[in-house]
Amino acid sequence: MLRVDARHRRGDFSLDVSLDVGAGRCLALAGPSGAGKSTLLGIVSGLVHPQSGRVACGDAIWLDTDRSIELPPERRRCGYVFQDYALFEHLSVWRNVAYALRGRERRPRALALLERFEIAQLADAHPRSLSGGERQRVALARALALTPSALLLDEPLSALDARTRASAARELGAILRESTVPALLVTHDFTEAALLGDEVAVIDAGRVVQRGSATELAAEPASAFVADFAGAVVLTGTACAGTDDLNVIELDGGGTIYALHAEAGPVGASVFPWEIALEPAGAARSSSAQNRLGADVVSVTAIGGRVRVGLAAPQPLVAEITAIAARELALAPGVRITASWKATATRVVRR
Amino acid sequence: MKRTPWFAAGLVLALAAVLCFLALPIVAIFVNTSPARLVSSLGDPESTDALRLSLETTAIAVAIILAVGTPAAYVLATREFRGKRLVETLVELPLVLPPAVAGIGLLAALGPDGILGGALSSAHIALVFETAGVVVAQVFVATPFYVRQAQTAFAAVDPRWLEASRTLGAGPARTFGAIAIPAARAGLAAGLALAWGRALGEFGATLMFAGSLEGVTQTVPLAIYDRFATDFPAALALAAVLVAVSAALLIAVKSLAGEGSPARAAR
Repeated sequence: MLRVDARHRRGDFSLDVSLDVGAGRCLALAGPSGAGKSTLLGIVSGLVHPQSGRVACGDAIWLDTDRSIELPPERRRCGYVFQDYALFEHLSVWRNVAYALRGRERRPRALALLERFEIAQLADAHPRSLSGGERQRVALARALALTPSALLLDEPLSALDARTRASAARELGAILRESTVPALLVTHDFTEAALLGDEVAVIDAGRVVQRGSATELAAEPASAFVADFAGAVVLTGTACAGTDDLNVIELDGGGTIYALHAEAGPVGASVFPWEIALEPAGAARSSSAQNRLGADVVSVTAIGGRVRVGLAAPQPLVAEITAIAARELALAPGVRITASWKATATRVVRR
Repeated sequence: MKRTPWFAAGLVLALAAVLCFLALPIVAIFVNTSPARLVSSLGDPESTDALRLSLETTAIAVAIILAVGTPAAYVLATREFRGKRLVETLVELPLVLPPAVAGIGLLAALGPDGILGGALSSAHIALVFETAGVVVAQVFVATPFYVRQAQTAFAAVDPRWLEASRTLGAGPARTFGAIAIPAARAGLAAGLALAWGRALGEFGATLMFAGSLEGVTQTVPLAIYDRFATDFPAALALAAVLVAVSAALLIAVKSLAGEGSPARAAR
């Protein structure tokens, strides 16, 4: 269990955060840039010194400003994956991975880790010659070589191109599921947070504004900010190739939707709530939208002139419509409706 | 229609003018020195004494500069503190000091009547008219060349590498030795070459502070000046030797650690 309780002020920016992550769990810290996500990782790893706070991992107290305890980074053993990976360019790949290791077993242990990431053939290469995806694996292997007491991942996918990102996300997901230590993952992408985090904490202006599962956040945002930020709804399912270049996705829990991306296997399909149209259940199909799901209204929340409608379809789904449309449809919890959106508006990521 | 590339031609012309002017004296030294004369100058014990003294003193001076200047430059590159600008200016000051001022200053500080003179003599350390004094003068004039260059090199090292090293279990000292120095090595080598060249050429401060005693404080530049009035061809031959030695050092140091340094490529 990792517990963080920190207050930090620097110029106009102030951070005031309390959170905890259980062993083997991954908490995704999501929020816009400048929200304080990376600062928080810095405080946990010991690279940033907060004015006051407490950080404890398991039984070890890393920071307690009240008792003047502050362990330096090298004694905390945080597996930190930096945003641009920060590979040591003057060292070969295996020496990067072995940096945290001691003794004669350094090379075999580093090679075993590289083997696990299927990049053993790159052991003697230099980081400059690697692709983005390979660099990310080296960075992960290097952090894991430490046998870390916690994993800190700062935008681990943002340096990758869209094509590499999907497979890297899947690998990272597998690593996080295997991991038995607490993990904090920073991202500004809600879909990424939903796919990789067991839970999501939305951070804005140095405060945790809401914490919960991704679907809870999307369905019942605590504020307009979370509603905006948790923009995309993520549905999970299994994809296979369909006709006319369409990708057919059988949703977990029932239902079928279509998308344009060619993916196969387990996927997450995301759509923005404002792209979802609602119509009375059983109404004749009257638009070009390919994706139509029957759904029960779970919640109706007014945000200014908009209304967020929480749906069970049967996976949680959120639609955002105008207040006028909501009145016309007489939306209330329990009402049965049909949600529709275009296949072209559906983003697909492998998981 | 083809336009006359006046501007490009002007640029090339300017570079050619700079090259000619800078290379001319060096070419002249070698043109006026026959190979036979060069060899016989190397056989002259007075010349070889001066050359040996120059190499020994500059090697010691450069070792001192490396040992102290490297961590000092690292502090300047990676830490922020009050009065940092003042410290940087003080480090650069010897660059603009006339050699005569440097010599007078060293005498006033470390000479027998200098502010530290008493302390030095009670510790039985003599610098004036001693080989050690030559080293002191060389360290004084050459340190800024190294520290400035090293500071720039350390500042170009990605701070994320230093942070990554710390999170991977390395303390500040290992981070300095295993990451910062190798990553900055091209810049450090360039600084080392500059400092070594400056120390080899040191003349004015050495003359005023340590004197020009054959075999004790008479380095090659002082020996050249010594011969210049009486035996011009000998002075020319010795100058040719110094040019060759300086160029060889510059090339050797730069090629040993210089090429393919990551800090340069990473930025």
